[in-house]
Amino acid sequence: MATYKLNINGKQRQVEVAPETPMLWVLRDHLNMVGTKYGCGIAQCGACTVHLDGVAMRSCQLPVSAMKDKKITTIEGLSDNGIHPVQQAWLEHDVPQCGYCQAGQIMSAAALLKDNPNPSDSDIDVAMNGNICRCGTYTRIKAAIKTAAKMG
Amino acid sequence: MTLIKTAVGRRSFLKSTAVAGGGMMLGFSWLASCQSKTEAEVLAMPKEWFEINSYLKIGDNGVVTIVSPNPEFGQNVRTSMPMLIAEELDVDWEKVIVEQAPYHAKKYGMQFTGGSRGIMSRWEPLRMTGATARHMLRTAAAEAWEVPVAEITTDAGVLHHKASGKSAGYGEMAAAAGKIPVPTEVKLKEVKDFKLIGTSRKNVDGKDIVTGKPMFGVDYHQEGMLFAMIEHPPAFGMTLKSVDDTAVKAMSGIKDVVTIKSYKDGYEKGGFDTNAFAEIVAIVGNSTWEVMQAKKQLKVEWQPITAYTEKIKGFRGDITEKHIPAGLESTTIHNARMAELAAKPGKIVREDGNPDAAFKNAAKIIERSYSAPFLAHNCMEPMNSFAHVQGDKVKIAAPLQIPALIIPTIAASLEIPAENIEMDITRMGGGFGRRAYSHYIVEAALISKQVNAPVKLMYTREDDMTHGIYRPTYQATYRAALDENNNLTALHVKAGGIPESPLFANRFPAGALDNYKAEEWVIDSNITIGAFRAPRSNFMAGAEQSFLDEVAEAAGKDPIQFRLDLLKRAQEKPVGEKNDYDAARYAGVLELVREKANWAEKPANVSRGVSAYFCHSTYAAHVLDMTIEAGKPVVQKVACAIDCGIVVNPDAAKNMAEGAITDGIGNALYGELTFKDGVPEKKNYDQYRMIRMSEAPKEIDVHFVQNEIKPTGMGEPPFPPIFGAMANAMYQATGKRSYRQPFLGNKQILG
Ligand code: FES
Ligand code: FES
Repeated sequence: MATYKLNINGKQRQVEVAPETPMLWVLRDHLNMVGTKYGCGIAQCGACTVHLDGVAMRSCQLPVSAMKDKKITTIEGLSDNGIHPVQQAWLEHDVPQCGYCQAGQIMSAAALLKDNPNPSDSDIDVAMNGNICRCGTYTRIKAAIKTAAKMG
Repeated sequence: MTLIKTAVGRRSFLKSTAVAGGGMMLGFSWLASCQSKTEAEVLAMPKEWFEINSYLKIGDNGVVTIVSPNPEFGQNVRTSMPMLIAEELDVDWEKVIVEQAPYHAKKYGMQFTGGSRGIMSRWEPLRMTGATARHMLRTAAAEAWEVPVAEITTDAGVLHHKASGKSAGYGEMAAAAGKIPVPTEVKLKEVKDFKLIGTSRKNVDGKDIVTGKPMFGVDYHQEGMLFAMIEHPPAFGMTLKSVDDTAVKAMSGIKDVVTIKSYKDGYEKGGFDTNAFAEIVAIVGNSTWEVMQAKKQLKVEWQPITAYTEKIKGFRGDITEKHIPAGLESTTIHNARMAELAAKPGKIVREDGNPDAAFKNAAKIIERSYSAPFLAHNCMEPMNSFAHVQGDKVKIAAPLQIPALIIPTIAASLEIPAENIEMDITRMGGGFGRRAYSHYIVEAALISKQVNAPVKLMYTREDDMTHGIYRPTYQATYRAALDENNNLTALHVKAGGIPESPLFANRFPAGALDNYKAEEWVIDSNITIGAFRAPRSNFMAGAEQSFLDEVAEAAGKDPIQFRLDLLKRAQEKPVGEKNDYDAARYAGVLELVREKANWAEKPANVSRGVSAYFCHSTYAAHVLDMTIEAGKPVVQKVACAIDCGIVVNPDAAKNMAEGAITDGIGNALYGELTFKDGVPEKKNYDQYRMIRMSEAPKEIDVHFVQNEIKPTGMGEPPFPPIFGAMANAMYQATGKRSYRQPFLGNKQILG
């Protein structure tokens, strides 16, 4: 056990956990921030996607001990009250079905658009291929990403 | 005019004692936080609520809370069911807040999510609930204004009396309306008068989903709760022998290791108590990660099971016997045994005319066999449940499809009265049939009882995939007899599976042929199986629709016209009495998809396959266009036509169809679970290939047949036929037929 100071969504948080504890579980179990989801634990599904210094990362693979001086953004901190263009586009296209994968999808999409404001279909395929949606909402996700790109 | 007795509706008018007299505060439970409005919007909430019935509360300011009775797993009933009530209540949809009902059989009837039955079963009762409340509001206004009730009209939450020019919002009359006797009859609207039903309304939970609000079972939190995980046998056909927990109990954060037995000896299981691993070990600790670490270190010895026979009590109290063999099963052996049984005569389920003679006299016989593997449900949210046992009471919060059917099991296993079970129904991160079998709730409750603390049990992905209630593996052999003019004179289907037959003997093309024979066979297994999105249909549609394509080709006919000709025969001169489909509606979706896909003018660069199927009371047809790029199938477009009667929420229904199509293509191309010595050979998504963004169809174009027939299912029906459309398009693209699913598996390219 050790004490870690974390910068999450612009706020300082402190947790006491084992150094190898993945951020996914720090968020969910220790900080009760449950928007970030567990789907596989092995970087295969994308449900746990967060931004680390603006880059989309799988939080199930990020040990808390490696978070020093890093800025972590989760779905709860992507915007105030859901006004990020990606969230707005998601609502416009009414993307979710069960909704479980969607926080991860949105975090991947937001990171994509930050680096590439005008992605092609194949850019979207590459950036989003790590996020599984068992409900099969991919066509709406792609359409929503294009709408978000237009919103800028 | 539809005049309906409120007998069903009245049951829902039981007032809950906790809130009698109105003035109920929101935010009293975890589920109230699962309502659909934001904080700012909640601030505009009424000062006082008046409970009209168990589905409806009206605030003094006219805001209406509608309780959605059924569990939600993405089919969007939390929007479409409240729409049914709001339509008849005649309230402004913008002023509606949706709340999830907890389990409460008396108030909410059968809270069942499965079989695509939600809207179908609630269509009249929920509308009646709204209509009854509207009538009570009108009566209250009539009494207040001393005018005849017949003269009171409503418009978007406002009561009017035209002659006197009086009007009042629902909120003003809600207190009085709550005291009006429930009418014995109400009128429901004519279809032409619907204002809300048939219009697209956004998912009421959209905002909460995109902002990551807690709503799923795994998100449930209670102060002081412990985290639990299970260790189950590594193979089907094995059971617990002994546990050595000394090392694990000493690990950081670990509170306890307990052994649980899910059923009392002699417990008569219900049809949804499917569970291969009744005795398991649970590790309980302070956090998920610590429990996961301990799980890796736990030393458990397993031993082979002996064969046994289970008595299963069905829905209607009927008892069936299920034989569970001993042994460690493997896919290679399964396949060999299926081939063996497929070659022998099966049990004849239906026979029309003289199929044997027709085959003897045939000019040409086409025989083809199709097969498909076991499938894991792979809901993105793994199985989980919260439970807190205190004395003879238990509080549960869990994602599940059929609360009523696990209640007796929980009561028996905990030895408490069923009334002492309080259950919140959380949103499910997918269900697809898997969460109809909620043994994980019983497990959570037994763990909580043993450690005497609130517990949240969660399966790891590996547990979820290897402790499945899988889609069975199936096989079907079709034979067609053609005469010298290439007319189809007889059809013979023989189908079976492990451990269930997929056959529907009375479905199309039964009824369209003078000579028809359907046979089935079953092989017992100790691998647990259960409902998986459109059970049995999800295999039969693909096999049948591929076969019809081959027969059409052999007969030199256009595949759509060939099907339409058969349907015409079934419509005009049906053979047999038990045919379970409406041939005209079946033909209707084929005609609509032919038009919408522009069938006559196929683009030169694509390969095209058609398929249609009827299940869960709904008709669906697809035309799939694909190309092959770098050896990979690329689905360019799927055109889809559906007849599910009245469509309550069209855009949400389209979303369902799109999802079913994408999910179906994924399972057709990649879905497969194999076994080696009882061990599931895939444990996580690195091994189990799921369809991903780059493989999804580039375009999906969904159309609905417009009619005024009562709504039927949407979650399942568009799923089965896509397997056939995919197979038929792949044949056009490659010149080779795929008879065994998955068509691609873990192969990266075709051929
Ligand atoms: S949980 Fe991290 S990628 Fe699946
Ligand atoms: S919406 Fe259900 S898994 Fe994506």
